[in-house]
Amino acid sequence: MKMKYAFAAAGLALAAAPAMAQETATIGVSIPAATHGWAGGMNFHAQEAVDRLEETYENLDFVLTTASDPSKQVSDIEDMVATRNIDALVVLPFESEPLTGPVARVAENGTWVTVVDRGLAQDGIEDLYVAGDNPGFGRVSGEYFVENMPEGGNIVVLRGIPTTIDNERVEGFQQAIEGAGIEILAMEHGNWNRDDAFTVMQDFLSKYPDIDAVWASDDDMAVGALAAIEQAGRSDEMWVLGGAGMKEMVQRVMEEDEMIPADVTYPPAMIATAIELTALNFVSNAPVSGDFIIGSVLITPENAEDFYYPDSPF
Amino acid sequence: MSVAETTGKPAGAAPRRGIDLHVLGPLVALAVLVVIGILLNPNFLSYANITNVLARSAFIGIIAVGMTFVITAGGLDLSVGSMAAFIAGLMILVMNAALPFTGVSVLTILIGVATALVAGLVAGAINGLLVTKAGIEAFIVTLGTMGIYRSLVTWLADGGTLSLDFDLRGLYRPVYYDGILGVAWPIIVFAVVALLAEIAMRHTAFGRHCAAIGSNEQVARYSAVHVDRARTATYVLLGLLVGVATIMYVPRLGSASSSTGVLWELEAIAAVIIGGTMLKGGFGRVWGTVVGVLILSLIGNILNLTDLVSPYLNGAIQGVIIILAVVLQRTKRAAR
Repeated sequence: MKMKYAFAAAGLALAAAPAMAQETATIGVSIPAATHGWAGGMNFHAQEAVDRLEETYENLDFVLTTASDPSKQVSDIEDMVATRNIDALVVLPFESEPLTGPVARVAENGTWVTVVDRGLAQDGIEDLYVAGDNPGFGRVSGEYFVENMPEGGNIVVLRGIPTTIDNERVEGFQQAIEGAGIEILAMEHGNWNRDDAFTVMQDFLSKYPDIDAVWASDDDMAVGALAAIEQAGRSDEMWVLGGAGMKEMVQRVMEEDEMIPADVTYPPAMIATAIELTALNFVSNAPVSGDFIIGSVLITPENAEDFYYPDSPF
Repeated sequence: MSVAETTGKPAGAAPRRGIDLHVLGPLVALAVLVVIGILLNPNFLSYANITNVLARSAFIGIIAVGMTFVITAGGLDLSVGSMAAFIAGLMILVMNAALPFTGVSVLTILIGVATALVAGLVAGAINGLLVTKAGIEAFIVTLGTMGIYRSLVTWLADGGTLSLDFDLRGLYRPVYYDGILGVAWPIIVFAVVALLAEIAMRHTAFGRHCAAIGSNEQVARYSAVHVDRARTATYVLLGLLVGVATIMYVPRLGSASSSTGVLWELEAIAAVIIGGTMLKGGFGRVWGTVVGVLILSLIGNILNLTDLVSPYLNGAIQGVIIILAVVLQRTKRAAR
């Protein structure tokens, strides 16, 4: 009997993947719950990547948990280590500071650690770091403004929740538009929220009679800003640049909507990149440690189709 | 406040001596904010800005009016923000589902409106019955339902955003943006709700019963007030008004997500307390609540219209003004 199983296993191994480890590896994935659009997309892509990899590689097991706050995420990770004995952890920290200690303890046990998007407070804990490029996100957005406002002009900026991510984006943006004659009339926090952005944009419209463009910096905020502009009847005066790559916005870019001429990616699918790369560590000889920074790309009507995922909730 | 109130005279309405800051406090705060607004930005009094501020106050305002009754009767409801998000999501799903059968028509929107009202009624009744029949503290019941509704909307939206069909939104849109004689619908609805509630609070048995229960439940019971029935009714009324607020909210952006209505419950409760209603119950003032809601919206509006303070400090300024508005009216009472 033993011989028979061994042969079967060997056969499978040969058929499935050439350089496969014999033991089953368990990969834990801990991400924040879908509390806003971008996180919803990230959850979708995480689930999809897990399903796809479990199907492809028989010797990979996955544990996927979603947390609604940092302390729940810490408990999730502790549970994974204690009850599932994970070989690798893919974590998108809810917040950097509270997660640093717990993730460091996991790494000390020799478990492979992949950190996604939000870096930990201490360097050198993770084996692999996969992230979007926040300063680049701001820079690409700023360059688009410079290119499309050759004579300069007045713009207003909606900012996200006050965080490092938001600061890096805005700094990148400000550097990119420096000296181009573009004046930022005002910046206010719309908290990556449609309703907040709507209110802030309404007030901007009351305050400034002359606005040429809006950097909404996020697609949810762009939705709110657009509704406010439409209400004020000033749709023909200005255009809006969002960000992230929400499917509704990508669709409007694709349809050459004049108010949404472009979008800038900050793909929630980066969680899939992280999970795939982590899986590669266990099923191949390909080295995957280091930093993997996913650039922000400008979506225009020409390339919009490549960024349109109709099935994703985001 | 230990005197039992069965005669219908609210405990706070003691004979007035001179200028009663307890009554004037919120009005003074509102007037000061308006003057600051005028001084800081000439556009403050423009038609567009006033319409914006009043219309965006309407959601919290309508909910806060209902909350006034719940708090007056000694209760509390933390679930209203999540409930609004859930009802908005449900409403959008139902209207999108009805679309193939009823088309882009007023009927589809009426189906949505009916859904919102029924859902609000049921949600309110669940809160009310759990408080009265199961005898659980209102804080715990509504803390629980708050989590439930928030999760349900996230689940319904699959973690993303529920969006109303584009054409249907075009038809429904005027409910938020248009109005009669230049007064937007949300403002009209808010005004009507506030007026009816003010009458209900001051001139009906229901209003008096709420104050009596909040003041002293035992005495109210001995005075033949149907305590459970009246208390349940306050939650049902609040649920219904959350439904009404949602009906005005959905046409604004045509979408609902898990970030809809976050912290509305605390804004509504703050507005009620700023307006002079007592958090421990026994005395409620609907017009005060309306003033409280306007104060809260004006703070945000003024901060957006000026560059005086760092936007990081918006929350702090709001906090200071909330506390000041309440201090203004409580000093008088403490001296009494």
